[in-house]
Amino acid sequence: MSTDSQPTSASSPAFEFKSGVITIPVLNLFSADINVITHQLREKIKQAPEFFTNSSLLLDLSALQDQDLNLSLLVDAIRNSGMRPIGVRGGTADQHQDAKGLMLPIMATQNSTASTKQEAPVRAEAPKQETPGPAASTTTASTIINQPIRSGQRVYVKGDLIVIAQVSAGAEVIAEGNIHIYGTLRGRALAGVQGDESAQIFCSDLQAELVSVAGTYRISEDLDESKRNTPVQIYLNNQALIIKNI
Amino acid sequence: MARIIVVTSGKGGVGKTTTSAAIAMGLAKKGHKTAVIDFDVGLRNLDLILGCERRVVYDFVNVINDEATLNQALIKDKRCNQLYILPASQTRDKDALTKEGVGKVLEELSKTFKYVVCDSPAGIERGANLAMYFADDAFVVTNPEVSSVRDSDRMLGILSSKSKRAELGEEPIKEYLLLSRYDPKRVKLGAMLSVEDVQDILSLHLLGVIPESQSVLSASNAGEPVILDEKSDAGQAYSDIVDRYLGEDKPHRFVDEEKKGLFGRLFRS
Repeated sequence: MSTDSQPTSASSPAFEFKSGVITIPVLNLFSADINVITHQLREKIKQAPEFFTNSSLLLDLSALQDQDLNLSLLVDAIRNSGMRPIGVRGGTADQHQDAKGLMLPIMATQNSTASTKQEAPVRAEAPKQETPGPAASTTTASTIINQPIRSGQRVYVKGDLIVIAQVSAGAEVIAEGNIHIYGTLRGRALAGVQGDESAQIFCSDLQAELVSVAGTYRISEDLDESKRNTPVQIYLNNQALIIKNI
Repeated sequence: MARIIVVTSGKGGVGKTTTSAAIAMGLAKKGHKTAVIDFDVGLRNLDLILGCERRVVYDFVNVINDEATLNQALIKDKRCNQLYILPASQTRDKDALTKEGVGKVLEELSKTFKYVVCDSPAGIERGANLAMYFADDAFVVTNPEVSSVRDSDRMLGILSSKSKRAELGEEPIKEYLLLSRYDPKRVKLGAMLSVEDVQDILSLHLLGVIPESQSVLSASNAGEPVILDEKSDAGQAYSDIVDRYLGEDKPHRFVDEEKKGLFGRLFRS
């Protein structure tokens, strides 16, 4: 991505800068052993060659902080497998130096949740309450709402949201943290919308149109009948949305 | 300063205009000088319900555009000298209403009237928004069926966020629920939402239940507000509502099915 623009006398602009957002696959590396990586990668590609061939790829080195990695060999191996590495993120200063030598841009790491996710498979016996720790510590103050949230109204808060009234059908309550509703939830409740998988929803009467935690959602039709019209707690457990009576 | 009441619902056909006419007449009969404004520009109906359609010269839009004075446009009711009607224009549409214009008219009315009743059009567009914008109290008219209840809920959201009181951060509009076209018989059969169901969904203070009644249709066609029909159940329900609004403590009626005595069974059915 070159940023140097040359002054031009031509009247019509030859280009424009725009910011765009695209989704690209990220390869989270857990091992520095290039042979193992290459072997497993080829197995994966074999399963869906059309999806992987010539696909751009971001290499995430966050889990390889203390390991010796020959980035140049790794990039060659990936290219030979048919994929196109376009940048790296995470990793050590030495690894970043190698990346610069290979003309690969270094991207900023997303947030701390990314690294906890990768560590999870390594220490599988770690209690699940521990993993969300770093993400939860950044939550801001909570917001309290005393009046009913009516159909068509939308509430978005950065931290936790506490509603001491009902949330009507057709209303939406959205929080980056937890949502507590001391009343009937008939509308939609979306907790952890910025990706906080430790966020939870609590309500004293579940009749929701939709509930979601960190993007994992369930619609009214798929709600368990035994949970309907009861007080519940809703949270994520290994990417699965759990609705539990309280 | 007048108290400005908006009669609103979101959904059409639930009885806003019937209610506006009845409430305005009821307040006026109690000796309070009351004006009732038809905000349904282009679909003028209030004058018909109040039986003054033959006396319309100027209308609300004329006053907003300074083509007539308020006194020229206001129609004095023949049955009650405390009631005045400001009819809507039939030849214009809602775009003729402006926030400044409506504000100006309401401010002028406030100087001489005790209550100003604003009959809102259906929907949540310009007409309905301006009808509720300056309100102090809101009468939310709801029928006991799901779509009407949801639309009322939407309207309540708009009342609490887009009114003048909300924008200035003043005390919010007082909201009251009026459940109209209620039929205890059908509620019992499970074909209609009950008072409890509606209150559970809307969590709103119930001002009164107006029973489904033949008298409403005949009153409308005759141009007589139903509240003047003291024998009819709907008329009595509206009288109770006015009394409750003015602070009287009256038990709710027409909620349960009427128990017919022997004579009732013999002569009424």
